[in-house]
Amino acid sequence: MESMIQAVFSTTFLFSVIRVATPLILASMGAVITSNAGITNIGIEGVMLTSALTGVFASAYGFGPWFGFVIAIITGVVCSLAIGYASMSLKADSVLACIAFNTMAVGGTVYFMYAIVKDKGTTIALNSGKLPSIEIPIIKDIPIIGEILSNHNVVSYIAFFMIIVVYVLLYKTPLGLRIRSAGKAPNALSSVGVSLLKIRYIALGISGVLGGMAGAFMSMGYVTWFSKNMTAGRGFIALAADAMGNSTPIGAALSSLLFAVAEALSYSLQVTMIPPELVQMLPYLVTIVGLVAYAAKRSKSEKKRKEKLAEE
Amino acid sequence: MNKKVILKVENIWKVYPNGIVANKNINFEVHEGEIHALIGENGAGKSTLMKILFGIENPEEGKIILNGEEVKIENSKKAISLGIGMVHQHFMLVDSLTIAENIVLGNEPKKFGMFMNKEEMQKRAAECSEKYNFNINVNEKIENVSVGVKQKTEILKALVRGAKILILDEPTAVLTPQETKELFVELNTLKKQGHTIIFISHKLNEIMEICDRVTIMRHGTTVETSFVKDTSPQDISNKMVGREIVLTVEKKPARRGDVCLETENLVYVNNIGKKSLDGVSIKLRKGEILSVAGVEGNGQSELAGILTGMIKPLSGKVIINEKLIEEYEPSVFRSNKLSYIPEDRMTNGCAAKLSILDNMFADKIDQFLYNYIFLDRKKMREKAEHNVEDFNILCGSIQHQVQMLSGGNIQKVVASRELTEEAEIIIAEQPTRGIDAGASELIRKKIVEFRDRGAAILLVSADLNEVLELSDSTIVMHNGKVNAYFQDTSKLTEEELGYYMLGVKKQTEEEVKGIL
Repeated sequence: MESMIQAVFSTTFLFSVIRVATPLILASMGAVITSNAGITNIGIEGVMLTSALTGVFASAYGFGPWFGFVIAIITGVVCSLAIGYASMSLKADSVLACIAFNTMAVGGTVYFMYAIVKDKGTTIALNSGKLPSIEIPIIKDIPIIGEILSNHNVVSYIAFFMIIVVYVLLYKTPLGLRIRSAGKAPNALSSVGVSLLKIRYIALGISGVLGGMAGAFMSMGYVTWFSKNMTAGRGFIALAADAMGNSTPIGAALSSLLFAVAEALSYSLQVTMIPPELVQMLPYLVTIVGLVAYAAKRSKSEKKRKEKLAEE
Repeated sequence: MNKKVILKVENIWKVYPNGIVANKNINFEVHEGEIHALIGENGAGKSTLMKILFGIENPEEGKIILNGEEVKIENSKKAISLGIGMVHQHFMLVDSLTIAENIVLGNEPKKFGMFMNKEEMQKRAAECSEKYNFNINVNEKIENVSVGVKQKTEILKALVRGAKILILDEPTAVLTPQETKELFVELNTLKKQGHTIIFISHKLNEIMEICDRVTIMRHGTTVETSFVKDTSPQDISNKMVGREIVLTVEKKPARRGDVCLETENLVYVNNIGKKSLDGVSIKLRKGEILSVAGVEGNGQSELAGILTGMIKPLSGKVIINEKLIEEYEPSVFRSNKLSYIPEDRMTNGCAAKLSILDNMFADKIDQFLYNYIFLDRKKMREKAEHNVEDFNILCGSIQHQVQMLSGGNIQKVVASRELTEEAEIIIAEQPTRGIDAGASELIRKKIVEFRDRGAAILLVSADLNEVLELSDSTIVMHNGKVNAYFQDTSKLTEEELGYYMLGVKKQTEEEVKGIL
């Protein structure tokens, strides 16, 4: 028990929470953008996975990790737009299109990995490099806080910065206004002569950028290689974070951190007797309870509102 | 008065892909700076015409002449750029945004090239609201404001985009009397500032009050345009309804039995917070056809919805065969031998992609089981073949999908499912809408046949012919209330009925209570 408490309250634990949260935050920001535009982008999982691989290849065979990072982002945008094209322009069922894409991404990445590095498991043989870690001046010298906040991978800082970017984009720009309208009242948007399709493509493109960054972090920050299905459902967790955060950037980021705590905890608790799977269950349980409570409260207040109107 | 013609519509035809002719040979002119009413029954083609003017639908034939020049309005964007604005009956607003944000959406002021300029946005919205004396707080969120303010927002949305011609689709349908009064003041302000308004409505008194001229539409075509001051409500009503009454069904006088369905003070509030039923109490007796007449949107469909368990009333009681209904579920109503011919046959009436056979017995598959779990297809087929003959359904095979049939035949399939021996109460909602004369006649005859067998029929219909021809007694609904009750429909004329439907006349409470 004592070792457990020590593990949780150590600086290394909090440091690892930030590390583990990075891909979740980035992907959940992507999910926030698309769900605000009225799209449930289940394909974000496959987008991350594909970008993780192309990033590694571009880094190894091109011009290093930063080049890989850019290629990963481009991959994310292309994949997202392709999903959008199938579901919006060609009118395929969007859930099926996304699931098909995710399945294809799992198989496709292994295929290309084998074709190029002759290994079906990882690209560990490839010297693909790592995006740099950054020491933050001044903060790094503060005890405890410095140990937690400094010396993270550059993408982790980008991820936190993206929360602000997405917030500003959604709430402070005309594009954000249109994206939110596209999700809440598509008819209203069309009625003022704005193309709904265009706005949704843009939203998918932006979510592709964020998903691409998340993928790049997985293979060039979290570890330095690509391995089969390395995203392991993080895209779906990001969707849950988006739902739990009510599709707001801050809410989704906090939910991502909650999931990250659970994930980091499950690593730390592997030394204790508690089965880590049990600990991992907790945040999902919280999500379900939270969503149910939210729905119950809303239908109750709706009824009250109607009763009040009827009395008038 | 300024007589300059700002908008002219010539020989417009619109045929929908399903073959329904919504507009045939429409001609009318709108003068600059007038409030021009467009009135007609449901399905007279008013909405289609307005959609054409706003670029939502494109006509097959005909010309639109704006300011003396012929224009093509391919889409709403084009309509907006030509200075035409439309306020839809269903608001096109984003609830989670503020009034100002809704007003500038699609046309947002910017700063630093990419950010919203909130100050400019609020200023623009507030200035526009002040200019027309709208008196609203543009920083409120739409979800927190009343329906009247939502409508003002819609009007401002159009004005900010430079609309000179404003189309209002039944603007008062959702408003309280006070809000309506306010709207009229605003419309007059707009008129004084040179705007032209096209005002679609069923409400005669409103047209008399605020409009300069009125164009009457009937069966997809324009009947007449006249100055409001030269006409009377009676005159407009007569022209709207028309005079051709064709009686095709013969029936004997009703032999009324016990009350089998009654409601007490039903209240229903719809999603936009309007009281669509406001204390409705009726009684339906065995062996009679009671029709519920009324202009659409006055609570009839909500009444039918409650009486079939599709929706739940906010308060009030429904009693079937002296049993109080406690749970509003279609299965509860059906188990009380109630059957339902729904208004929207494709959504609620049938499963379009299932076969005719499967649709016919969807509600009674337990009658076709053997060994408890298997369907007796042979028995179903035999019964279905019998139905096809009985209802004269024209189809290649009973295995064909229902959606392959014509509207009339689909309705016959629905009717054959609902009108079975065990049906004691039949709720028939617009049972012959949009179907051919032959199918209508058959369904009407069937309804009378069931009445003679002792079933009770509640006929919800906006078709005056049908009401007069088919029903024994009639109630008229207006604004969610029962406006009139006529024990003997045969003594009623269509003019008289029209007055009550449009709220020109109203019975006293004692008279309405005659039904109880």
